[in-house]
Amino acid sequence: MAREGWPFSRRDLASVMVRFIVRRLLGAIPTLLLIIIMAFFLMRAAPGGPFDQERKLPPEIERNILAAYDLDKPLLRQFLDVDTFVCGAFFSGSHDAAAASAQGLTFDGEKYLNKDKRHIRCLGGYLGKLLSGDLGPSYKYKDFTVAELIADGAPVSAILGISAILLASFVGMTLGTVAALRQNKATDFSVMTVAMIGITVPSFVMAPILTLILGVNLGWLPVGGWNEGAIQNMILPVIGLSLTQIAVISRLTRGSMIEVLRSNYVRTARAKGLPERLVITRHALRAALLPLVSYLGPATAGIVTGSLVIEQIFNLPGIGKYFINGALQRDYTLVMGVVILYASLVIALNLVADVLYGLLDPKVRYE
Amino acid sequence: MVAASAHTEIQGRSLWQDARRRLFANKAAVASMIVLAGVAFVSIVMPNFWPHPFDEAYFDRISCPPPDYLGLVWLFGSQNTEVCQAALGQGHLFGTDANGRDLFIRVMMGGRVSLAIGFVATFVALVIGVLYGATAGFIGGRVDNLMMRFVDILYALPFIFFVIILVVVFGNNFLLMFVAIGAVEWLTMARIVRGQTLSLKGKEFIEAAEAAGVSTRDIIRRHILPNVIGPVIVYVTLTVPAVILVESFLSFLGLGVQEPFTSWGVLIADGKDQMESYPWMLIFPAVFMAITLFCFNFIGDGLRDALDPKDR
Repeated sequence: MAREGWPFSRRDLASVMVRFIVRRLLGAIPTLLLIIIMAFFLMRAAPGGPFDQERKLPPEIERNILAAYDLDKPLLRQFLDVDTFVCGAFFSGSHDAAAASAQGLTFDGEKYLNKDKRHIRCLGGYLGKLLSGDLGPSYKYKDFTVAELIADGAPVSAILGISAILLASFVGMTLGTVAALRQNKATDFSVMTVAMIGITVPSFVMAPILTLILGVNLGWLPVGGWNEGAIQNMILPVIGLSLTQIAVISRLTRGSMIEVLRSNYVRTARAKGLPERLVITRHALRAALLPLVSYLGPATAGIVTGSLVIEQIFNLPGIGKYFINGALQRDYTLVMGVVILYASLVIALNLVADVLYGLLDPKVRYE
Repeated sequence: MVAASAHTEIQGRSLWQDARRRLFANKAAVASMIVLAGVAFVSIVMPNFWPHPFDEAYFDRISCPPPDYLGLVWLFGSQNTEVCQAALGQGHLFGTDANGRDLFIRVMMGGRVSLAIGFVATFVALVIGVLYGATAGFIGGRVDNLMMRFVDILYALPFIFFVIILVVVFGNNFLLMFVAIGAVEWLTMARIVRGQTLSLKGKEFIEAAEAAGVSTRDIIRRHILPNVIGPVIVYVTLTVPAVILVESFLSFLGLGVQEPFTSWGVLIADGKDQMESYPWMLIFPAVFMAITLFCFNFIGDGLRDALDPKDR
């Protein structure tokens, strides 16, 4: 029904939108599943295991450790383990204690336990636990679950990333607009040269140089550490993280602004005698900033990537540190947890960008 | 005779002649090509003549600044100090690193590695991307749909995580690292090639060629290939610097090329730790890498302008 054109009533729009979002969310399931499969098997294909580096353990103790983390099972069953008996009991609702003890299990209230007193699930293995929202224990940070570690690092990474995105959008859009209004003049060339430098010089070169000048030589800002998120500690990391994005956003803004300034309706607005300031803010800017919405997804990915190095340079307690250490030390569950978190984030923001784009641009159809 | 001269008069300029003319009119692109050729030349040739081997540590010349005649004493300090007497007159053009190795030769060797990684990984991306994209575009229909859905899925991945995992899996094996990076960079290439192929299939000049009885092979060779190849070349020139950046990013995290081999990323990562006292260890490799990336970007922009007929 909505195929004939833009739906006219608000209810039509809402239903089209909901269907679009549901379809996209369903589409995200195979993507996430593929990510989980790839990360799981790649990590385990790496030589060495999580408990290799430590001093040689007596074989029986090593066996116990591997068993405690399910690492003694075949690879496929580590990934997904379906216990038909428990699943049957779960779905049929009959918890027959005699049948359970024949299987070597005991029924204890709501759970089945095996003889090691370990909880037996209907769906086990990494994926099975993940489906019940359990990211598992970390192998290297003893006594911590992956969820706890991520919850520990997430606020720092989130504050850093959001500030960087906001700063990059504001500065990038301003610079891009100014450059477009003075196209092919000195201002334009200098802005675009700076943007080119921002794109070619990686943040891990820029950030140390800024630290050297502002932190060490001038002593204005602290060179590292988090200090409970004090403003002066955040300035350098946020700038370092946003430089590349500022460069990209200003280039995008300039390009679309130049195109919009040539359009008929801007000419009309000028012809009817509107002051140039209003032509820009009321008419040109809105249309020119539209293409930037679809850059939201890639920008998030860029910020996430950048935060890996920025957190290391400034020694910040974010998620990046856990990922790098986890990958190097074969902390399978921790790496998986971070990959799943960041992949979901990128997928979600791509979806948000598409929905926003559709709301702002009536020419887009949710086909 | 008359017929022959008439023939030469109406001979048009080919797409490539046009593009070359426009590219060479672009000063930034030409300058970039010259500089890039220079950087590549010294990186490849210099190590064969330089008096210092790249992995020899002179323990009496640790962390010595560049010689005074470079005129950088104000920035780096003088080489003529008590601890650096052994380095005087030894031709350490960029000074020495924290292990007493000649920095100039290390920057050159790093350039070899970074450029090689850039080109090899881009070549891998090119081969996979063109084959995949052209197949999807030519076959079309359901196969095309399925193949591009797969690309969409991979596109949503935060790919740097997979490069990191791949590097961890493959260890620090040079060749496999090239392949790993290339294997993630092919997606955009596949999209570009597929889009071009699809849009070309239905164009009138292809139909006209068919109507004129040109064979399929000649249509592909004369009409499709030159039109696909333009955007691909542009994308290649922009992929090489992207790959060099990825490599330096990995090196920075300690996942890249291992000692005593080096790359610009490794040198920058090492230099960053020393920059407060010995800034030349960061500045020289950083400047070389930045210049190279700059050049690639300018050449890419120039090629895009030269090959895009819309801006004529």
